[in-house]
Amino acid sequence: MKQFIAFVIKEAKHILRDKRTMLILFGMPVVMMLLFGFAITTDVKNVRTVVVTSEMSPRTQQAVERLAQSEYFVITQTVNTPQEAERLIRSQKADMSLTPSPGLTPNPSPRGEGNLKGEGSSNLQWQIMVDGSDPNMAQQWTTYAQSILSQPVDGKHYSLPSPFKFPSLFGEGLGVRPGLGVRLLYNPQMKSAYNFVPAIMGMLLMLICAMMTSISIVREKEKGTMEILLVSPVKPLMVIIAKAVPYLVLAFAILITILLMARFVLGVPLAGSLFWILAVSTLYILLALSLGLLISNVAQTQLVALLLSAMVLLMPVVMLSGMLFPVESMPQVLQWLAAVVPPRYYIEAMRKLMIMGVGIGEVAREVAVLTGMTVVLLAIALKKFDVRLK
Amino acid sequence: MMIKYLIQKEFLQIRRNVFLPKLIIMFPIVIMCVMPWVMQMEVKNIVVDVVDIDHTVESQRLVQQIAASNYFIFGGQKATYAEAMKDIEKGRADVILEIRGGKYLIAANAVNGTKGSMGSAYLSQIIRPTPQPLPVMEGSGYSQGQQVSAPSLTGRAGGGSLLLYNKGQNYKLYMIPALFAIVMMLMTGFLPTLNIVGEKEAGTIEQINVTPVSKWSFILAKLIPYWLIALFVITVCLLLAWFVYGITPAGPVWLIYVLAMLLALFFSSFGLIVSNYSDTMQQAMFVMWFFVVSIMLLSGLFTPTRSMPQWAYLTTYINPMHYFIDAIRTVFIRGGGLHETAHQVLALAGIGTLMGCWAVQSYKKNS
Repeated sequence: MKQFIAFVIKEAKHILRDKRTMLILFGMPVVMMLLFGFAITTDVKNVRTVVVTSEMSPRTQQAVERLAQSEYFVITQTVNTPQEAERLIRSQKADMSLTPSPGLTPNPSPRGEGNLKGEGSSNLQWQIMVDGSDPNMAQQWTTYAQSILSQPVDGKHYSLPSPFKFPSLFGEGLGVRPGLGVRLLYNPQMKSAYNFVPAIMGMLLMLICAMMTSISIVREKEKGTMEILLVSPVKPLMVIIAKAVPYLVLAFAILITILLMARFVLGVPLAGSLFWILAVSTLYILLALSLGLLISNVAQTQLVALLLSAMVLLMPVVMLSGMLFPVESMPQVLQWLAAVVPPRYYIEAMRKLMIMGVGIGEVAREVAVLTGMTVVLLAIALKKFDVRLK
Repeated sequence: MMIKYLIQKEFLQIRRNVFLPKLIIMFPIVIMCVMPWVMQMEVKNIVVDVVDIDHTVESQRLVQQIAASNYFIFGGQKATYAEAMKDIEKGRADVILEIRGGKYLIAANAVNGTKGSMGSAYLSQIIRPTPQPLPVMEGSGYSQGQQVSAPSLTGRAGGGSLLLYNKGQNYKLYMIPALFAIVMMLMTGFLPTLNIVGEKEAGTIEQINVTPVSKWSFILAKLIPYWLIALFVITVCLLLAWFVYGITPAGPVWLIYVLAMLLALFFSSFGLIVSNYSDTMQQAMFVMWFFVVSIMLLSGLFTPTRSMPQWAYLTTYINPMHYFIDAIRTVFIRGGGLHETAHQVLALAGIGTLMGCWAVQSYKKNS
């Protein structure tokens, strides 16, 4: 036991001596949490819009002003022809253009009820031309613009057009039917941080742990110090465990930092039991460390270990974990592939525990899968650990 | 002609490595073949649990429509709301539809805001009452037609809208240029990062330092192999986009190569700078990884930059990836030429040159 503790202290000293790496290890999660919490959103905002018209009638003017007043659109300029507008969009100086064609066509509404909302712009036709490179955004921009433009001019107030937020478009008022209620559970303000914070936790913990541990053994191999460790009276298994312990402590400290940031800086709720959040995270950290150890045992050089853990691992973790892209929308084959990506289960579990605040019983499946993966990875890592050098 | 031998040495080092040649060839291929299928932002397969207290013909119709829709999977009838909530908590359902006394309640799991709100928006279209007339919303498309469909741009009644460039609303077309950027960034960023610091750790840098090789030719010899790798990578990416997805650039191909080379200049120089300032490979990797992920997420690859808060938007002025992705999407999707992308090309060239000079400056021959 004394030997083991001495070994852990030796490993800890190795890590603590490198002040710059320590700084990065704690600075990185803080900065990334800030970026994710504040900067990465998919909201519609500041869409650069050009108006195509030779002369602005007062009615057009009013409608355009209303558009400009909303935070969603910025009117950048007025041009004379649609061709000019198209050129501006092509060279990325604008995203959308509006061409009014006043009074030419009567409202095409089948029942003519559109006119109930007062004259105003309701019989003003707008031709919207939009940069469709990103289909999702194009769709949202058009919907937003149309719903602003279609509101009555004389209205004292206009509800902000958020087509996908309730109740402005589908709720009572403009609603589809009086007896329809909509409730957005857990995240009524639809903050993207609620969705992203568990994801960033999954990504950071996985990659930091894997990058830290992946070089632990291979470095000793490369430097030639492994031979000394192997001839020492410490058992090989103990060597590995002793190497993992300081990283476990470090990863735990990073986890606490992240959780504090999430709660107090980003305002993300920790609705569930803190004990279980920490417990599941610890399990996940163990899993990530095992993966790092496995990489370290398999790789022959630090170069390979680092490229594997930082570059090759980054892609599946970002793409297949459900962090940015929903797993349910992927083709079946890729859903199977995604099933072996550990962060997927952790992110799912954290979304449930942190945001939804459910009990541990509801995440039993995720915990079981994570446990299984940890056991398997650890077993392979230990098996691959060569006690003899070639 | 010292530099010729130095480049040859770099290539020999890459080739003798058991791992690097495989990585350089396989990585872009695997990424290009798999990732476009992943990068779909569509909201699909939303599981709906129905709590039907009424059991009327109307509610039966709803259940059938939900099951028939592309967007929904019918999760089953539940006796009570609480029972359906259990499903949501377990992650087996996304939306609950409760029908009670002719009234409807949609409760959606909104942890993922987009999915929750889109799901409930689609569902409220199904619930639209057919018999009585309803106030029509101008040009909203939601109130027209009988078929339940996603709010689509084409075929929308009322004031017309015209979708430019990506007419098929193909998400792959939008994401493939982003993938080019990611692959280029990872290949030309991470490999040089480990290069000089690796020599430092191995001790071989000392031998170079005592030779009469100038800083310039030493750094150039380190950079050129990565530019050649970049050239190879972008060619593979373009060919695969063509063969696998049938997607070809709408603008000039040579401009794509120019852009790719400028991006490679930036990332390879940046990698060498990080390498020059680091003491260990691990340190270098952490620093580079941090920058790579930040540059990637703040560039507008996945999320619109204009929705960022002001302080974050300011960083896009120095983010080469932002210029690259703007320019390559203009060329690739919008069919723009040099005239349309001059601004981005200049910015990329400027940042790249600056980084190249810094890479030379930061390399110290004496430790």
